[in-house]
Amino acid sequence: MDFELTELQRELADGMRRLCEGQFTLGHLRTFESADEVVDRKDWQQLGDAGVFNLCLPESAGGVGLGLAEASLVFEELGRALVPGPLVASHLAAGTIDGADDGSVVVGIVEARRVGDSTVIPLVIEYLDDLDVLLVLSDAGVSAIETAAVGAVRLERPMDPLTPVWRVTDLPAGTAVAGPDVAERWRQAGAVLTAALQVGAATWVTDLAVEYAKQRRQFGRPIGGFQAVKHLCADMAVRAEVARCAVQAAAVTADQPDIGDLAVAAAGAKLLADEAAITNGRSCIQVHGGMGFTWDVPAHLAYKRARVLATRFGTDDQLAEQLAQAIAVSRGDLR
Amino acid sequence: MDLRYSDAEQAFRGELRQWLAETLPGLPPKPAPTDWPGRRAYDTHWQRLLFDAGYAGVDWPVEGGGRGSSPVEELVFKEELERAHAPYVGVNFVGLLHAGPTIIAEGTPEQRQRYLPAILKGDEVWCQGFSEPDAGSDLASMRTRAVRDGDHYIVTGSKIWTSHAEVADHCELLVRTGDEDSRHRGISWLILPMDTPGVEIRPLTTIAGSTEFAELFLDEVRVPVANRVGDENDGWRVTMVTLSFERGTAFVGDLLEAFELLSATVALAQRTGAWTDAGVRRQAGHLRAELDALWALTKRNVSQAARTGIPGVGGTFFKLAYTETRSKLGEYSLSLLGRAGLAADDVEGGDGLGPLPSATMVEDWLRGISLTIAAGTSQIQRNIVGERILGLPKEPSGPPKPGAARATA
Repeated sequence: MDFELTELQRELADGMRRLCEGQFTLGHLRTFESADEVVDRKDWQQLGDAGVFNLCLPESAGGVGLGLAEASLVFEELGRALVPGPLVASHLAAGTIDGADDGSVVVGIVEARRVGDSTVIPLVIEYLDDLDVLLVLSDAGVSAIETAAVGAVRLERPMDPLTPVWRVTDLPAGTAVAGPDVAERWRQAGAVLTAALQVGAATWVTDLAVEYAKQRRQFGRPIGGFQAVKHLCADMAVRAEVARCAVQAAAVTADQPDIGDLAVAAAGAKLLADEAAITNGRSCIQVHGGMGFTWDVPAHLAYKRARVLATRFGTDDQLAEQLAQAIAVSRGDLR
Repeated sequence: MDLRYSDAEQAFRGELRQWLAETLPGLPPKPAPTDWPGRRAYDTHWQRLLFDAGYAGVDWPVEGGGRGSSPVEELVFKEELERAHAPYVGVNFVGLLHAGPTIIAEGTPEQRQRYLPAILKGDEVWCQGFSEPDAGSDLASMRTRAVRDGDHYIVTGSKIWTSHAEVADHCELLVRTGDEDSRHRGISWLILPMDTPGVEIRPLTTIAGSTEFAELFLDEVRVPVANRVGDENDGWRVTMVTLSFERGTAFVGDLLEAFELLSATVALAQRTGAWTDAGVRRQAGHLRAELDALWALTKRNVSQAARTGIPGVGGTFFKLAYTETRSKLGEYSLSLLGRAGLAADDVEGGDGLGPLPSATMVEDWLRGISLTIAAGTSQIQRNIVGERILGLPKEPSGPPKPGAARATA
């Protein structure tokens, strides 16, 4: 048992950090604020070249052949840089939708819910103008829809300026591309990778808050010297680290199925990572005081993104319910 | 990142599990919680069984007479003991986890020879004399005074939170040998035999009604200079060395117990019908996520210690997060007990519910309250995270200098 990162895993994460710091600067991201399209095709291609989408695809299928553990490290970095676009969906679709793996095709996913006999599609979907293919994920499996055929109205004031959204008016029936087992696997992997994005953001806003608390002076000294502020920052660091451990353990569970129950690990990881990103985002704004309430400070971007991602691959209530059901059937042995 | 145990680790687990299965049924009945001589006898007997089987000081270095196991084996050891519901370390806690490791690292050959085997065999019990009524979070302000008189120190002062003082043979005692305001530069670490004249013990009753804590009053107590571990006035460093023995496994037993408490609480909710409430279920689900994450964090901390030999910052993260989760779990179980939680006795539920587990749950709830306070309050832990890990400016330390200008707007 060795839960530390391997040399390769560390290099992979460092490499992605460097790519993001070079390419996805805040200045670059802000050129997409409130735009209809937030995916720059050249950027997406670059992410494809870096292995973001084909990392878990077997080498025989032209992929890198690594596991979800490695992917979770890469996605943590993407989350840290607030890279916009359907990253998780395109990663999951690699190998199923041609071109998703190398970044030449941009794929989105909506999660459909069964209510009684009918399938309910979310009212609001993201990134529509950026997508080449829209996949619908349901208990029945995965189906693909030509995005041109989707009836939708663009909502003018998206909550997150880097997540354009549409209200769906008409969703044509798609073509089945995968069965229920794939849908189930994607749901779990999607939860883990989305959670990894959240952990990245939760860590980034912690760094942002700490940096500000060191330089902002009031009452003759840096505000980070006051316990009221210091303890907010400490709690942010703890929250991010606990969630990171949960996410990485879930990712390893996907790769080493004999060590535990992936459904439980993924649900727990997503639940805590959502909470870490949301609470840390909010705390980061608080540490920045009035400036945190402005667009001059990027804390709001992370906070809003956290709220967007918290609606994907399980909401807090759904995840907590899922975990509760797992305890109920465990007969007292939780590990 | 690999969460599978190696063949060697699995073999260690297998042998230990078999030994526990053979040994535990032969243990005498547990003494009453208030029967301290009985508890000492029970705990030291268990320690002797561990010693005879080669499991004493599993986390001690070989040169101290321990097994010298890797941090991962230590984790497995604690996991298996908890799984088998083996006795807790009990009155041997200070000797095995604190005084022993300190003497291994800083003691003289004579001191090692004299004290270590007796700890490992369960022959002698230790208690801790660090905190004082006026020196808690600010331990370096402690005032218990030791004055040299030939080859003895004469010690006067008082200590508090001295667990198991009534049944202890020795006390690891921090005393002030430097100037009154020398703080951490004027402290020495002494071994105090508890039968020395001038030592008075006053038990403290905890909010759980238990009496493991005591206050210690020292009135001109004579301690041989030969009982000093480390140099005079170097006791603070000696103490810090001891604390660094913690390799991320201090709370393993506690955490695994918390998993059991959650299971038991859910079983209770299912019996009483509270489980039909979505809010009740979601709280349980959330606690499950937190406990799983803390188990993962434990593995991260142990892996770090195994690689580097030194504990990382994860121990502080763990203590902060775990103690908060444990608090929530305690409140959750008590609220689900409802009025059956008004007594720490198992209560026969109405409507054929059978006995409700109030005895353990009320006690677990109360005991859990100490966790955010003991071994550094959560507030002190947050200072540590903020200052040592995040690099935020330090709190002012020590009393304000007379005449110093107030830093105000």
